[in-house]
Amino acid sequence: MLRYIIRRILVTIPVLIGVTLIIFTLMYFTKGDPARMILGDMATEEEVEELREEMGLNDPFLVRYGNYMLDLFHGDLGDSYVTGLPVTEEIMARLPVTMRLAVYSCALSVIIGIPVGILSAVKQYSILDNVATLLALLGITIPSFWLAMMLILVFSVNLGWLPASGLYGWQYYILPVISISAVSIATITRMTRSSMLEVIRQDYIRTARAKGQTEAKIITKHALKNALIPVITVIGIQFASGMSGAVVNEQIFAIPGIGKMMVDAIKARNYPVVQGGVLIIALLFSILNLIIDLLYAFVDPRIKTQYARKKEKHKPQELAAGGEEVSA
Amino acid sequence: MKIGLRKNSQWRDVWHRLKKNRMAMFGLAVLILLVLLAIFADFIAPYGVDEQNYSEMLQSPSLRHPMGTDNFGRDIMSRIIYGTRISLLIGFISLLISAVVGSILGACAGYFSGISDTIIMRGADILMAIPRTVLAIAIATTLGPGLVNAMIAVAIGTIPSFARVVRASTLTVKDQEYVEAARAIGASNTHIIAKYIFPNVLAPIIVQATLGVATAILLAASLSFLGIGIEPPTPEWGSMLSAARSYIRDYWYMVTFPGLAIMVTVLALNLFGDGLRDALDPKLKK
Repeated sequence: MLRYIIRRILVTIPVLIGVTLIIFTLMYFTKGDPARMILGDMATEEEVEELREEMGLNDPFLVRYGNYMLDLFHGDLGDSYVTGLPVTEEIMARLPVTMRLAVYSCALSVIIGIPVGILSAVKQYSILDNVATLLALLGITIPSFWLAMMLILVFSVNLGWLPASGLYGWQYYILPVISISAVSIATITRMTRSSMLEVIRQDYIRTARAKGQTEAKIITKHALKNALIPVITVIGIQFASGMSGAVVNEQIFAIPGIGKMMVDAIKARNYPVVQGGVLIIALLFSILNLIIDLLYAFVDPRIKTQYARKKEKHKPQELAAGGEEVSA
Repeated sequence: MKIGLRKNSQWRDVWHRLKKNRMAMFGLAVLILLVLLAIFADFIAPYGVDEQNYSEMLQSPSLRHPMGTDNFGRDIMSRIIYGTRISLLIGFISLLISAVVGSILGACAGYFSGISDTIIMRGADILMAIPRTVLAIAIATTLGPGLVNAMIAVAIGTIPSFARVVRASTLTVKDQEYVEAARAIGASNTHIIAKYIFPNVLAPIIVQATLGVATAILLAASLSFLGIGIEPPTPEWGSMLSAARSYIRDYWYMVTFPGLAIMVTVLALNLFGDGLRDALDPKLKK
């Protein structure tokens, strides 16, 4: 197990370096001159050229990337072109907000998704199941940014119950969290339902019934344990999806998180901030995938024994599908 | 000749199972309707796509304008009908790009193994380490706004999932005896991949693609909504919503209908995709 953990961590490092290369390359080829952006339209061409030279913007690609990576290993993501503050500082100021949004959304999805999914499976084809299935289907098809606007329209504009923008207290979290978690609630409900349906048809459940176990105990003690294993992966993916959802929703609700920071930075051609933002999201995403893989191996004894048996011969299969964050 | 017959009967089988799935058929019907709307938009839409009428600005839904008019006096329903063209185009073309590129890469990785497998799959890992929305935003920023750029931005993030699916299927197929037989009679690698491997990995590609179109449409709409996808005055649903945002307080219909259009399209694709997956899944075969 330890060997698996170490190997899994070692695999993550080159992936993250690859991410920096991709993002750096993308930003390198983006149109617009940062030096001109900083100095404004009034500056002369000489001044701009001087700043370009000073910022190292005239250096060849590999030199610039090398410098960027050197700084990165020292924990330096560069300075924001707009505020002049270190990007790490800008990110650290906003990361808690985005994380909170993602955590709340994920919690809400689990609290609603899993029980509804279980009930839906246990009472298959009942009215509850049909309603839940229909709502879950709507949940995965509704565009999150449109749901956000509809929520604002109903609860802020028409009813006046909840604030539509900003972040000055707990009530400001309600609409964004609902809007971000709608997809996750739907996905987790669907996943729990189908996974549960598969499990409760198995022989060992029939055996439990045959020996006279109560239905509630069968579900909670026997079925749930196995049914929730695939759901764990989905929860992880949904947490990541919550972070992506935050990118768009922060914009709509004017919430000062990483997502809004990035979109604003894109519009201002503030590349260090964009790079830093993407990198931090990719880092969190990778850590999360790592945790899920480990958790998965931990809760499912079959994977552990499978790994023990195969040890050196085969690499363990990719345990979690990982990476698909948009509902599909 | 014999092979041709079998192939036909397999797809007839799938169609037969699909026909029994009412939700999937409903999805298919809506999709056909949307495609027809897109093709015949010029004849169906009551007004021109950019027909401005300043005497009829910001009108509530009425018989003359069933979905109201926007701040330029343009008929919202007509724009949504024309928007079907854009959204379906983005959805299908970007999916086609990622399906073709992803399938070729996945087939190569699975078939040749070794170094090409390592390079392709590590590349896929790297792309998958960035959430798709964020990746699409970064690519769209680099390429700049526009229809083709939005398609590429949406497509690139989907390539890895195709590559993975096709690679996995290729791995199971490539050691089969009929592939070995083909190699024995001297068939080239390209021939084997195209003729023997590809038809066998087609089913997972099709399922992935149907559901992927829905995701692509959603993603493209989000990009346009953020102002880095398709820009106004093109009647893309996401950019229509983006433009309507500032009118949310007083003109509800401006933000409602374009979103509904996205939802109906995505719903139809999901229903059809789910049905297709069930129909193609041999586990459910009786």
